[in-house]
Amino acid sequence: MIKVEGLTKRYARTVAVDNISFEVEKGQIVGFLGPNGAGKTTTMRVLTCFLPPSSGTANVAGFDVLENPMEVKKRIGYLPETPPLYPEMEVDEYLHFVGKLKGIPSGEIRRRVDEVTGRCAIGDVRKKLIGKLSKGYRQRVGLAQAIIHNPDVLILDEPTSGLDPKQIIEIREMLKSLAGEHTIILSTHILSEVEHSCERVIIISQGKLVAIDSVTNLTNRLRGSEAVAVEVEPADGHPSPVEVQQRLEQVSGVSRVVMKDSKNGRINFEVESLQGRSVRADLARSVVQSGWNLSELRAVGLSLEDIFLQLTAAEQKEETKQKEEVKVEEGVKQ
Amino acid sequence: MKNVLLICRKELNSYFASPIAYLLMAFFGLIFGFGFYTATRDMVRFSFMAQMQGQMQPQNVNDAIIKPLLGFASTVALFLIPMITMRTFAEEKRTGTIELLMTSPVRDIDIILGKWLGAMLLYLCVLAMSMINIAMLFAWGKPDLKPVLVAYLGLILQGGCLLAIGTFISTTTRNQIVAGGVTFFVCLLLWLLSWFTAFDSSATGSVVNYLSIVTHFENFSKGVIDSKDAVFYLSMIFFCLFLTHRAFESLRWRA
Ligand SMILES: Nc1ncnc2c1ncn2[C@@H]1O[C@H](COP(=O)(O)OP(=O)(O)O)[C@@H](O)[C@H]1O
Ligand SMILES: [Mg+2]
Repeated sequence: MIKVEGLTKRYARTVAVDNISFEVEKGQIVGFLGPNGAGKTTTMRVLTCFLPPSSGTANVAGFDVLENPMEVKKRIGYLPETPPLYPEMEVDEYLHFVGKLKGIPSGEIRRRVDEVTGRCAIGDVRKKLIGKLSKGYRQRVGLAQAIIHNPDVLILDEPTSGLDPKQIIEIREMLKSLAGEHTIILSTHILSEVEHSCERVIIISQGKLVAIDSVTNLTNRLRGSEAVAVEVEPADGHPSPVEVQQRLEQVSGVSRVVMKDSKNGRINFEVESLQGRSVRADLARSVVQSGWNLSELRAVGLSLEDIFLQLTAAEQKEETKQKEEVKVEEGVKQ
Repeated sequence: MKNVLLICRKELNSYFASPIAYLLMAFFGLIFGFGFYTATRDMVRFSFMAQMQGQMQPQNVNDAIIKPLLGFASTVALFLIPMITMRTFAEEKRTGTIELLMTSPVRDIDIILGKWLGAMLLYLCVLAMSMINIAMLFAWGKPDLKPVLVAYLGLILQGGCLLAIGTFISTTTRNQIVAGGVTFFVCLLLWLLSWFTAFDSSATGSVVNYLSIVTHFENFSKGVIDSKDAVFYLSMIFFCLFLTHRAFESLRWRA
């Protein structure tokens, strides 16, 4: 349904998207994951024909974004990062306008507007001015706008950003209900978002593709390695924080210990474990056996940055391993 | 064409959803009414004095009132134009709704024409405020209709030109105050140019004079349609909308 090959987009100074290739099958719901400034919005803007690519091609439903933008636009529904709303319009009026803009025959518009207002649960604000709506409602009107012409492809740029947890859950439910009929790409910089809504995930960082995988594979790759917040209260003020840190580092399965801060005799650490190792029990034992007080021990999620580090580190390790193997083989030949 | 009308209607709706349309109409109506009042008062006084001195030649309403009044209207309109065009594209760029328009299956030129047409219709509504007073003249006197219609045609053409310039300027920024300010400055410049070059018969003077949008209104205000002026206005509108189209395309490349 979507096919991107060697896509590069340069702005005056920056290369926002650097030689990205991927494909999305019909009916899939794909997460576009990356930290801020990774190039997610830029890629989506190329797919929606808002920006032309600097090089490479992008194909939607068999049409090229440069050669056949009209056909692409007809088949895409797009919700930009800030929903494109006119505050002076009523919700109904706005949806009628967008419907006509997307080329829905005038006889069908009424029915389409009824349908999307039902789907996006905005039936109770149809006669309200958009400027007076809350953030959650605006986002839903934005979503309604994107699906009004029943497009093959839905492109949603950070659809849940800035919403409160209840609203996020509502939007997720809506996305799930849309998944069967449409091919969906949604971008986010939050890992759990992808876990909740997507089947596949495309990870980019600084304009480059880091990984494409199914969500189950990805979580398997990452599962097991955990980050733990530890707070230690050494008895009588001695030993020093450095000593504690060294003791923690000695616990088997620990890959990294970072001291966060220390005040009132309490020292906070963040401990990361190796993949597939659970270290909480060992950490606790080690602290207690040293005669210190353990005032807190709590699992914290890995941040997106940590995940990128892990993914890229894993790939680098594999690469160096392969290189070493090649060297060994060469050595054998000699 | 359907899309042009769609955008045009949306523009008109948003003009009339905010106070701006009513403010402009009220402002223009008041200023024009004031001009009308002074002009008729002077004429009545003048012809009264003329009668006292035994000169029975009646004064021509067209020359004494309508012509200077519509000339005045063209100057006032010059300064209302920026307020009509400043938000056209600048506001859509600021709020991001331009992304909706540019990713919908409509041609760029449809969007531009729709916006310009919407601005044009609001301008016509503003101009219509002057017709109240002009209609009074027709009710009480017997002015010639044709020169009045020609002058209105001139007003519409001149307005179309300036609106196209303003629309172009609005595509170049995302700040409507900047768009309005620059357009106002351009209008002011055109107005001043027409004053300076009026007494300048050198080659550059006549070129500037030709390019100055305001001077082409002269003939229209006299009730004369000179094809040179009409062609000038129409090609100027075409050229400015073409420029807008280019600016719009470059939006995509620079974004
Ligand atoms: N209009 C623009 N002009 C210049 N640079 C831009 C523009 N838009 C985005 N960028 C740059 O391109 C990079 C990618 O941005 P973006 O695609 O918005 O990332 P994301 O959506 O993943 O946060 C960033 O470094 C950003 O500064
Ligand atoms: Mg973004």
